[in-house]
Amino acid sequence: MVYEVRWHGRGGQGVVTASDLLARAAVLEGKYVYHAPEFGPERRGAPVRAYTRISNEPIEQHFGIYNPDAVVVIDPSLLKLHDLILSGIKPGGLLVVNAKTVDSDLLERAKELRLSLWSVDAYTIAMDIFGNPLYNTPMLGAFTRAAGLVKLESVLSAVKERFRSPVAFERNAEAIKKAYEEVSKIV
Amino acid sequence: MAVGVQVGRQTRVGMSGNEAVAYAVKQSNVDVVAAYPITPQTIIVERIAEYVNNGELNAACVAVESEHSALSACIGASLTGARVFTATSSQGLALMWEILWIASAMRTPIVMALANRALSAPINIHCSHDDAYAVRDAGWIQFFAEDVQEAYDLTIQAFRIAEDERVLFPVIVNLDGFILSHGVEALYVLDDESVNAFLPPRKPINTIDVEKPMTYGPLVLYDYYMEFKRAQAEAFNNSYPAILGILQEYSKLSGRNYAPIKTYGMEDAEAALVVLGSSAGTARFVARRLREQGKKVGVVSLTLYRPFPRDELARVLRRVKSVVVMDRSYSFGSPGAQLFMDVASALYDEKERPLLVNAVYGLGGRDFTAEQAEMAFRIALETARSGEVKERQVWLGVR
Repeated sequence: MVYEVRWHGRGGQGVVTASDLLARAAVLEGKYVYHAPEFGPERRGAPVRAYTRISNEPIEQHFGIYNPDAVVVIDPSLLKLHDLILSGIKPGGLLVVNAKTVDSDLLERAKELRLSLWSVDAYTIAMDIFGNPLYNTPMLGAFTRAAGLVKLESVLSAVKERFRSPVAFERNAEAIKKAYEEVSKIV
Repeated sequence: MAVGVQVGRQTRVGMSGNEAVAYAVKQSNVDVVAAYPITPQTIIVERIAEYVNNGELNAACVAVESEHSALSACIGASLTGARVFTATSSQGLALMWEILWIASAMRTPIVMALANRALSAPINIHCSHDDAYAVRDAGWIQFFAEDVQEAYDLTIQAFRIAEDERVLFPVIVNLDGFILSHGVEALYVLDDESVNAFLPPRKPINTIDVEKPMTYGPLVLYDYYMEFKRAQAEAFNNSYPAILGILQEYSKLSGRNYAPIKTYGMEDAEAALVVLGSSAGTARFVARRLREQGKKVGVVSLTLYRPFPRDELARVLRRVKSVVVMDRSYSFGSPGAQLFMDVASALYDEKERPLLVNAVYGLGGRDFTAEQAEMAFRIALETARSGEVKERQVWLGVR
């Protein structure tokens, strides 16, 4: 079984890093992965996507993800772009969003598609911990809990390997754990 | 040491193609790295610079002002007997062009990672095979990696091949830009001791020596130029058995099979695709699904592109009814795109040979989807069924 995740955010928010960290966490659990960024020349603020494909079997397919099992929306300003973020999502799939409260329109669309919708206020978590709206690691924590695909410890190990500075690791680990605890299922 | 899960003498890690190449270069104990940054290759050289800075690798990183200078520095370093590495992409390789031929003719072992990227214009940073194809005649051995594991493995093998006395040619390891250079996958890396045993320090010949001055790269006119080229041609062709032997030795060491070509389903395939690079996996993925529906399809991918594995390819393709040759590039005004022309030439002398179609696809990073691969197989199957080629060249995935 291949599990496919599509990440949405904006350039500069670490969308690619979130997908990359998830892939590396899965590798630590003996899984096979393909993480691919989708970006042009670095354009801060432009919508960016990243893909994570995870499987217990070797992965041969090297193309983008068009029918994701899960979508994670890192940037709250993309939540109104339903066609973008819900494009091709499998009915019954998982949607994890960064929002203080989920708009009723999105809730309706999620219900129509029988999605499992999880939400976390990554803004407040990020401002408390980083003093900056850095959403990627808290949203990785939220996804980890909502999907139950990889263990929190594996994610933290991947983060430790990535952020060599102890301070950066501690802060990101704190953000991940907080979002992991705070994320809640809406439907 | 790589952080990951220990499996025998190897470690299972997650890395991008660029990281895997840099790690292989570090384990290969390279002496000199001269490169100029260009997307999507940049991370390779950044990582190597980190290894040097951290004291994990004792090498000279030569900062240069252009790719032209980078390769020139590599030639000089290689002539002194050093183990030499460079990396580039697209326009960077284009700027190396005149020096590429010199590196081969002067028989300087150099390993280059080429993160394949489309040539301008319009400016693009994503994958085409324009760059690799454009230097196919320059006298470099060329490999194509189909995944991150192969990018790692082929880099280590490339040093051994380039420096072998029976070879002494520069080697390019191609990895699809972004798809593999930035794609993260699980792979197994060897322990340092195994790499050291497989790849001992270089034993150079005819090195620059101030005590024993010699002329390198002299002027040779019609008196000897042709004999020189004939000698270079023979040397290049004669390198083939050495390459095969080294691939086999590494296969034994790693437990992963390396050969000039890879096949899937070719025992009984009626229709097949021939591909390079990361598309191989996608093609096999789709071929498996079509086989479940009873379609006799197969895939041939080339790990070795130069010297071209003509005999092996002819052997597996001659009895197939129809073959679609996939080109991630276009050759203006040619009878077909680049790989197509090679495959057609390889098959020309065969009594039996397949009907050939050329598919141009994936230019500038256009995603090579399962649907496109399926379309290519359908064209091959329909050609096999009807016994005639409807269109000799098709463009897949173009609007």
